[in-house]
Amino acid sequence: MFPLNGTMQDQHTPAADMAPSLEDLLVAVGREQDRQAFGVLFGHFAPRLKTYLRRLGCDSGAAEELVQEVMLLVWRRAETYDPIHASAGTWVFTIARNKRIDVLRREQRPEIDPDDPALVPEPDEAADRRIEAKESSGRLRAALKDLPPEQAELLRMAYFEDKPHSVISAEHGIPLGTVKSRLRLAMERLRRSLKDVG
Amino acid sequence: MNRPSHHPGDTLLIDYAGGALCEGASLAVATHMAFCPACRHAVAEMEAVGGALLDDLEPEPLSDGCLEAMMARLDHERPAPCRPAVKPSAQQSHYPEPLRSYLRGRLDREGRLGEGGWRFLQPGMRSMELLSGPDGTTKLIRMKGGVGVPMHTHGGIELTVVLEGGFSDEFGAFLPGDIAVGDPSLIHRPVSDPEGCLCLATTIGGLRMTGPLGRLFNRFVKRF
Repeated sequence: MFPLNGTMQDQHTPAADMAPSLEDLLVAVGREQDRQAFGVLFGHFAPRLKTYLRRLGCDSGAAEELVQEVMLLVWRRAETYDPIHASAGTWVFTIARNKRIDVLRREQRPEIDPDDPALVPEPDEAADRRIEAKESSGRLRAALKDLPPEQAELLRMAYFEDKPHSVISAEHGIPLGTVKSRLRLAMERLRRSLKDVG
Repeated sequence: MNRPSHHPGDTLLIDYAGGALCEGASLAVATHMAFCPACRHAVAEMEAVGGALLDDLEPEPLSDGCLEAMMARLDHERPAPCRPAVKPSAQQSHYPEPLRSYLRGRLDREGRLGEGGWRFLQPGMRSMELLSGPDGTTKLIRMKGGVGVPMHTHGGIELTVVLEGGFSDEFGAFLPGDIAVGDPSLIHRPVSDPEGCLCLATTIGGLRMTGPLGRLFNRFVKRF
């Protein structure tokens, strides 16, 4: 049994009463190879990743194998995760996206290197508009739910069908101009939600 | 350095952030991003949208034993060996990543493209192929000063990123980092600036289909 006062009491700050966020768990995996935290992350993300991969055309078995590969990368790279830059969901999404391009399409994913000396730097004022990742992800999800259905549907196709918008337009018989304007309008609304404070 | 004034636009950036663009087009967009902090920021926002969409997906339960199998795999994981990051010197990093990786073996000691490996296209204009696949080719194009490309249109969507020098057409002046998006509705006649122009050009593939019928279809499309 734990003593009623002493070490345990120190943790009874208001923050400790709340369940740790996905971001906290990911940081714990990165810092301490916390397997329990990883198990909780797996419970949250693995079933969603499976749906993501099924939408991209994997059968159930292939999807589960790929989910394991993605989660293994989450374990290995957790050390590089920075909660200032991205929510846990965003970070896992980028890992899953790159892995499925590698495995399903056998292509590389060209990306900038943030430490590249050849990168044209940000103007100084840009630091102010950096997304506060954790705080804004809830607002973003709420804004997604409020999108007009035709915008939300196109946005899902753009992220989950491995087809550029020009192909989506051709295959679904939606004029290219309509596809572009719906995606732009959706993005404008979502962007506003990221900028709103509080 | 000036920041670019011609951008890919939201819809192409969404294609890139979602992972729908083929490798060559992704390389063009990412090369523009290396020059453009605003588009880097936009892609970060679009990746956040990807994260929110992933969180919103209906979870599909995994088979029994998946978590146990996962945990068992972690037992075989060792802490990653500490590899000191090899930082390129400013001299070697004349071209930004990710483009630099695609130029491996083609750069001279100063990190610049040499005279070898180019193919003649027309007087004053040469090209070097970087990638070739079912979606088309990705190449560097080098033009001497004042060279005009005959009036043309595009079969699919063509992306051109200026790396050095520049060119102008009916739509304005394109300088390093600027990206020109050409589609079949666009007819133009670009002319290189007096100092010449080096750019990366690629096409966005049309329909990409899988399966035996799809492969047949792709071969058909490629031939014509």
